[in-house]
Amino acid sequence: MSTTPLTDLGLPGLRSGTELVPSHDSEADGAQTAKEFTSDQEVRWCPGCGDYAVLKAVQSFLPDLGLRRENIVFVSGIGCSSRFPYYLDTYGMHSIHGRAPSIATGIATAREDLSVWVVTGDGDALSIGGNHLIHALRRNVNMTILLFNNRIYGLTKGQYSPTSETGKVTKSTPMGSLDHPFNPVSLALGAEATFVARTIDSDRKHLTSVLAAAAAHRGTSLVEIYQNCPIFNDGAFDAIKSPETKADAIIPLVHGEPVTFGAQFEDGPLVGKGSKALIRDQATGGVKVVATTDVDAADIVVHDAHSPDPTMAFAISRLTDSGYLNTSPIGIFRQVERTTYDDAAREQVAASRSAASGDDTADQSARLAGLIGGGDTWTIL
Amino acid sequence: MSGPAKQVKQLDRVIIRFAGDSGDGMQLTGDRFTQETAAFGNDLVTLPNFPAEIRAPQGTLPGVSSFQVHFADHDILTAGDAPDVLVAMNPAALRANLGDLHKGATIIVDTHDFTARNLTKAGYQDNPLEGDSLDAYAVHTVDLTGMTVEAVKDYGLSRKDASRAKNMFALGLLSWMYGRPTDPTTTFLEKRFAKVPDIRDANIAAFKAGWNFGETTEAFAVQYEIKPATLPPGTYRNITGNLALAYGLVAGSVQSGLPLFLGTYPITPASDILHELSKHKSFGVTTFQAEDEIAGVGAAIGASYAGHLGVTSTSGPGVALKSEAIGLAVMTELPLVVVDVQRGGPSTGLPTKTEQADLLQAMFGRNGEAPVPVVAPQSPGDCFAAAVEAARIAVTYRTPVLLLSDGYLANGSEPWRVPTIDELPVIDPAFATEKNHGSGDDAEFWPYLRDEATLARPWAIPGTPGLEHRIGGLEKGDGHGNISYDPANHDFMVRTRQAKVDRIAETIPPVEVDDPSGEAKVLVIGWGSTYGPIGAGVRRVRKAGYKVAQAHLRHLNPFPSNLGEVLKGYDKVLVPEMNLGQLSLLLRAKYLVDAVGYNHVRGLPLKATELAHAIGELVGQAEGIDIELGVWGEPTQKEHI
Repeated sequence: MSTTPLTDLGLPGLRSGTELVPSHDSEADGAQTAKEFTSDQEVRWCPGCGDYAVLKAVQSFLPDLGLRRENIVFVSGIGCSSRFPYYLDTYGMHSIHGRAPSIATGIATAREDLSVWVVTGDGDALSIGGNHLIHALRRNVNMTILLFNNRIYGLTKGQYSPTSETGKVTKSTPMGSLDHPFNPVSLALGAEATFVARTIDSDRKHLTSVLAAAAAHRGTSLVEIYQNCPIFNDGAFDAIKSPETKADAIIPLVHGEPVTFGAQFEDGPLVGKGSKALIRDQATGGVKVVATTDVDAADIVVHDAHSPDPTMAFAISRLTDSGYLNTSPIGIFRQVERTTYDDAAREQVAASRSAASGDDTADQSARLAGLIGGGDTWTIL
Repeated sequence: MSGPAKQVKQLDRVIIRFAGDSGDGMQLTGDRFTQETAAFGNDLVTLPNFPAEIRAPQGTLPGVSSFQVHFADHDILTAGDAPDVLVAMNPAALRANLGDLHKGATIIVDTHDFTARNLTKAGYQDNPLEGDSLDAYAVHTVDLTGMTVEAVKDYGLSRKDASRAKNMFALGLLSWMYGRPTDPTTTFLEKRFAKVPDIRDANIAAFKAGWNFGETTEAFAVQYEIKPATLPPGTYRNITGNLALAYGLVAGSVQSGLPLFLGTYPITPASDILHELSKHKSFGVTTFQAEDEIAGVGAAIGASYAGHLGVTSTSGPGVALKSEAIGLAVMTELPLVVVDVQRGGPSTGLPTKTEQADLLQAMFGRNGEAPVPVVAPQSPGDCFAAAVEAARIAVTYRTPVLLLSDGYLANGSEPWRVPTIDELPVIDPAFATEKNHGSGDDAEFWPYLRDEATLARPWAIPGTPGLEHRIGGLEKGDGHGNISYDPANHDFMVRTRQAKVDRIAETIPPVEVDDPSGEAKVLVIGWGSTYGPIGAGVRRVRKAGYKVAQAHLRHLNPFPSNLGEVLKGYDKVLVPEMNLGQLSLLLRAKYLVDAVGYNHVRGLPLKATELAHAIGELVGQAEGIDIELGVWGEPTQKEHI
């Protein structure tokens, strides 16, 4: 039944997210392919949509999970990205706006043998479904949430979203939007999520590595995927995608590594490090960006995704631009172990069942008779 | 505990109402008296009535909590219109309930709280115990509190704690008056307060002191005897609607072999269903207290998709929030039981009061053509069978089902004949395990290829190899179930979903009509908790010598196949409802029958006597005669057949 975790988290006693999901038997049934995970439905996103890249990456990645295809379930809400399940030949449900995490909670709690995935967008997850998202995260239900963030409403044709920068001129905000945006990573960390990561639609390698870590994590994994909408918000992520600017725009987070970015030193003692570094900001308690050459190497923040305290991860998440995205930390912000809701719920049921020692049908009937005929009864002949 | 010879009077029924401040323990007192009465073997019906506030301002009219119990030596149908006995623990309780009493009724008053301050709080200018305003009643003024404090003085309680046992003193007194067995209450108190011996002993002492006071005082000269009722043979227990409903859901799970998953959010008056089911994990029951109503139903739908029996429980406001998700269950054709314990509306309305004004919401409260079967219990015990039936329909037809209970059924209780397991239907989930379209290498699984008899679609749960498929809220193509925007397909699918629900009528029993003479011209038809008052009203009219027929609907959607025929067989059709005519509207629309409504929305059950007059009036019109109900039109008149 068990599969090897794709990522060794180095944490004692941590169970894999897919531990109880039956493995695919490649020897008996042949190797799984991306094609096998591709449904016969025509993909209908706009040409150039970032969703295509994510779909391809997921279809290619699923065989690496090594799970039986029938034990994988994708659930989505409403929005462009929520068409995702139709394009995968697994079990799937395209549900209603914002509610995918609640439906997935039911599935994951009912069945330990399923690998449960939620596909959602910034409007779906953070606006209409914000409540379900934060509660799934705090409960830590074993599922992976892929949050496609294009910072715009696409399916309803271009209104600003809860992640759009303030002042955004859209169809519904001709004078500029007034709302301050959510930072999905900060929000998830605030909800005490156990796995929080951010990646980019066009970086297949990084995206795949984050998916693998998210699937291996037992609990709710939130993966924010920056995704370009070529129709209504084209270029929103150009700074972190363009070869000219991305070194200065992406703050790469690698567990155990000092956090630096910008042009890399090609020789000398700082070889391999970026020109900019994160250090603790004593004044605010947060972190700040400084020139790497201005600080002692020992003062540079070393990323610790496994820290039980989310404070540093939150501080790093604040480096994300809330306006146009010129700078953003990318990678796994947080990855810690906490009992999952669904495991604990099943444990309570199992403990009660074994205490009552009745799990076959005949027993259940006798016990049902005992239940309904219990209490103070009297008999009339 | 038998005492000196006192006069013993035989009665065939009594209605007692315990009333006090919401902190006085009146619900517990009523419940204990009910349990004693059930153990004694009387038939009984109860009506708890309490404010929505947990502790409304002490001593005020809005803070009054009451519990009415009607018990008899024969089969009875309602909690009774007018109490024979009122136990009033303070001035507000007296004032709030006096109007419901008939002249000559007995009032037992705790004089302790009749202070100037409390009288003012209750809105009394003068002490009603001192003037002649209560002359029409048999008033017993007793210092219940004072005697309680005296009786428990050996247990070292503070005066406040000691006086709290006054409800047990009152219970003891009433238990003596009506010859109730005392063991059940003593045992109950021993268990309930096992961890606080002084409170336990004080309550038992107060209870016994109350009994002894009745036996020894000259103030109470008469003890009453109400013989056990002769009910059909079987094992009985007293049960509330919410408890019976929870048991029915467990039974639906056992009978279908599907683990029960309740996704829900606390709401009055449905929360006790969650509380009860959370105790039954040993049956494989999972209870999920969600972040909101929507997540509750969402999780239930997810669990159903995964092969469990998904259930969500709520009241009217919660159904409003769940509407979109119920529509999803209609579209995805997944089993789902939605329990709506109706309360006074609209909006927050009257959370602790009863009403049946969610019928049209259950029928039509969704966008698009979204037919949902609707099932309603008619009495507290009947909530069990109705829940099993809801589960049967949901699983067999792959559909959400609305189960419409109400606050009166939920909290009210009655003796319930416990069914044997072989009386319960076996529910077959019939999971799909094989591809169902094409053959050989081309074989596919089509999630919307329907069963010809039921029109149900196959239910293939995740983990079933080869049947991977996607469902969702977008319109599905007939058979293959892929997204379809084809106009003709949509028209076909809308009609097919309706036809599937209509077809349920083939597996439900025809509506039965109670028309002993076979010559009645008036039919009284209802649904839900009005069964008791309608039945009692009908009995009164018949006792007065007139003919009237009665029918009651378990299934509101679809209606039983013979309903149209039945309605056409009568000159006049009366539809009593605790709403402004929702079933009337449906009957008029579907059968073109000139249904006459009888409608009250007072947050209380309909009154049998008032109903009798309404029925009588219609019988008079139908037969062209003058109706004289005589004593049968008086609330004090007993109504048993």
